[in-house]
Order: sequence, then C-alpha cells, then structure tokens
Amino acid sequence: MNDILRGLAEAGQLVVTADADLVEITARSLQVSLGATIIASAIGLPFGAWLAVNRFRMRRTVIALLNALMGLPPVVVGLIVYVLFSRSGPLGVFGLLFTPTVMVIAQVIIITPIIASIAHQAIRELWADYHDLLISLNTTRGQRIKALLWDGRRALLTASLAGFGRAIGEVGAIMIVGGNIDHATRVLTTAIALETGKGDFALALALGFVLIALAIAVNLALHMLTRTEKDSRW
Amino acid sequence: MVSTILPLKLENVELRRGGRRILGPISLNLSGQGITIIMGPNGSGKTSLLRAMHGLERVRRGKVSWQSDIQTARAQQAFVFQTPIVMRRRVVDCIAYPLLLTGAARSVARKAAVEQAASVGLLDSVDLPAEVLSGGEKQKMALARALIRRPEVLFLDEPCANLDTKSMAEIEAILTAARDAGTRIVMSTHNVGQARRLADDVLFLWDGYLHEQGTKAQFFTATQTAEAKAHINGDLIP
Ligand SMILES: Nc1ncnc2c1ncn2[C@@H]1O[C@H](COP(=O)(O)OP(=O)(O)OP(=O)(O)O)[C@@H](O)[C@H]1O
Ligand SMILES: [Mg+2]
Repeated sequence: MNDILRGLAEAGQLVVTADADLVEITARSLQVSLGATIIASAIGLPFGAWLAVNRFRMRRTVIALLNALMGLPPVVVGLIVYVLFSRSGPLGVFGLLFTPTVMVIAQVIIITPIIASIAHQAIRELWADYHDLLISLNTTRGQRIKALLWDGRRALLTASLAGFGRAIGEVGAIMIVGGNIDHATRVLTTAIALETGKGDFALALALGFVLIALAIAVNLALHMLTRTEKDSRW
Repeated sequence: MVSTILPLKLENVELRRGGRRILGPISLNLSGQGITIIMGPNGSGKTSLLRAMHGLERVRRGKVSWQSDIQTARAQQAFVFQTPIVMRRRVVDCIAYPLLLTGAARSVARKAAVEQAASVGLLDSVDLPAEVLSGGEKQKMALARALIRRPEVLFLDEPCANLDTKSMAEIEAILTAARDAGTRIVMSTHNVGQARRLADDVLFLWDGYLHEQGTKAQFFTATQTAEAKAHINGDLIP
C-alpha cells in the first residue's frame, strides 16, 4: 500500500516537473505504439473488411487463423523478429535491430491480427445490412469495401484502439528487439520492467501510472476527435 | 427515353430454397413501356420474382436475360426493397450515394439529392441521420435513392406499404411521372386500389406460379381465375 502511495506521489512529481527522462520515454512509447497502430490499421482494417465481403474457399480457415494469431505470444514474436533482423539473419543488412523501427515492426505483427479480427466482426454485421443494396447498386468490390469502412468507422476506431491498447502495454517483444537501451529504445513498459528488477518500486509504479494515464488520454483524444460520444447514435 | 436494356426475358425460371420450390417455373417477357403490377397473397413469390429479375437471386434453373449485356443492364436498373435498407449516413448522402458510385462530384451529387429529396417530400429531413426517419420516410428516401440515377427499369417491392394516403398519392404521382418519362416500372403491391390506379398490366402470382396475367382491363374486368377474382375482391381466400 505504501509503495503504491509513494508511486502515486512520485508519478505526480515526475509529471509536474516534466522530468526529462520521463518525457523522452513517454514520447517514444507513443511514437512506437501509435506508429504500429497506424500501420497495423492500414493493413488490418481493409483486410478485415475484405474478408467480410468475399466468399472464397479458404475463408473459414483464414478467419480461424486470424483469430488464432490474436493470441500470438509477444515474446515469441519478438524472438522471431530478433532472429530475422539480427546481423546474421536474412534482414540483418538493414541494421534495424535495437532501433525504434524494429520495435514498430514487432508490434505491427502482434496487433494486426487483433485489429483485422475486430474489424471483420463489425464489418460483417454491416455487410449483412448493406448487402442487397450494394449489390443492387452495381457497386464494385472496392466501392463496397470503401462504403463499409466509412460507415463502420466508429466500430473500426474501436478495433484500432484495441490494437493500440495491446501495443502500448506490450513489453515482451519490444524488450527483445529493442533491448531497452537508455536514450535509444527505452519505453514506458521496458522501463517499468527494469525498475521493478532493480527494486525501485516507487519509480516503477510512477511509470505505470503514467502509462495508464497515457492510454486513457489517447482513447479520449481519439474519441473526441471523431466525436463518437457526441453524435446520438453513431 | 428508349430503353436499351429491354426486353427482359425469363425462361422457365425456378427458385428453390432449402429443397422447396418457392418460385416458378415462370416464363415471361418484359418489354415496352408502362407499369407492371405484381399481385398475389403473402408468400406467393412476389419478392422472389422481383429479386430474380433484378439479379439478386442466383437462378440455377431457367434463364434470365436482358437484351443488352449484363453490365449495361445492371447499371440501368434500380430496386426499392420491401424493407428499406438504410445506410448510416445523412439522408442527403444516402440519396446521393448512387451518383457518387458513378463518379459524380460530391457537390453535384448532393445538389441532385436535395432536389430528389424535395420531390418525395423529404426536403426538411435531408440533414438528419437516415436512421432516425420514420418507416414511411425511409421508404420515401429509398424511392428517391432509386430514382436518382434515372434508371431505365425500376423495381419496387411494396413501396407504399407504410405510407398514409397523402404520401401514397404523392408517390403514385412520382411513379406515373417516371413512367411517362419512359421508365419501365415493375412493382408489387397488396393494395388493389393502387393496382387499379397504376397498372398498365398485371402479373398475378399464386403459390410461386404465374397464375394469371394480362393488361389492366383484361385482369380487372375479365378475370379468369377464381383465386385472382377473390384477391381483387378482397375475399378471405380459404
Ligand atoms: N431464403 C429463403 N429460404 C426459405 N424460404 C424462403 C426464402 N426466401 C423466401 N422463401 C419463401 O418463399 C416464399 C415466397 O416468398 P416471397 O418473399 O417472394 O413472398 P411475397 O409474395 O413477396 O410475400 P409478401 O407479400 O409477404 O411480401 C415464402 O413462402 C418464403 O417463406
Ligand atoms: Mg414480399
């Protein structure tokens, strides 16, 4: 209990004084996880929609696979990305290991299935509603996906936010591929792991509170931006 | 307007669902001008027939063919569903949507949509989310959306089912005007009075079969079958 209170106090102090290290790793956390969310959304949302409107032989298999991929253990993803990008690995030439870029790549792999899967669910329902109309209007496949993505944008925002939530709190993969290097790849979650390991619970908790506040702030900001809560129904 | 896609030909079209025959086999020719009214009791296959004509049902037995190639034919038709399909958009954007699909600029499409909305009496509602419209207003919205591309052939599935008499009169005026402008209309209705007012010819369905057909005069004054007679008179058919 004491630790928690001290953590809160320390968090308050770090925030109020705009502690330089805190600002830096918070900004990096945001940069990595938002970057991963944007890229994963660009892939996952259209893919989810495409999956909802197309009937093909392997559809069920692909959906099952997608759902299974949602549970990908981040540590394993991190390990695989590490091996791929390590100096002797097939992608070693890019020299990306222990950079924020490779952290983004690892997180994209982790959250794309989540975003695609939630998007698929939402779009499938909308497609059931719109199906006859869009067929009747002689739409092309691209037009259908566009209409569904646009009219389903509220639900899709939720999909992206779920992905972001997973990314911002993820530690296993970015620890491995990023290395938690001070002033280079340290982010909130890896810093928390480090401080906990060192036994500095107050600082670890302080970072934890900042992380939670950050996650909430991003959610609220995005909702406000798209005015989800303001419009009566959607 | 001379139709480029008619005649529409149905040859022994039969629809089956779940091992049950729900329509046909039906053969018919749709050409020329005017309004064809489809009548028949609930479950007799009116919706199924309209959907089969429009290409919404996969026809495994028999053949549906237009004079033109299928792409041209599809682009020149519109369909008003028995239950209106409402997009999650403002009314004006719902009505403008078909124009956007064919490449119209948003501003042009919106302007046309507002005019079309006015023609069905929805001018005051154009900025509302379409979802909040009443049942009858949604039907009017769907009609405006169907008309906005000036289709050569317009299918309507009980478009006046939820409308009051004033709205019905307005809609009938719009349909008559569209017919006079050359739009070929095929429409189902349970309203015998409406059928009498609008029909140029009638198709009467019974248990999925084309039980009787003819011009309005033939059908209403020289009715052949007992079932059609009873239907016109509003008898409670055993
Ligand atoms: N997908 C389906 N599966 C099974 N039966 C179906 C299906 N679609 C239609 N039917 C059946 O086909 C018959 C004809 O339906 P249809 O909707 O064409 O009737 P309708 O003449 O339009 O009736 P209503 O006046 O009530 O609108 C009905 O008995 C219906 O139950
Ligand atoms: Mg029907």
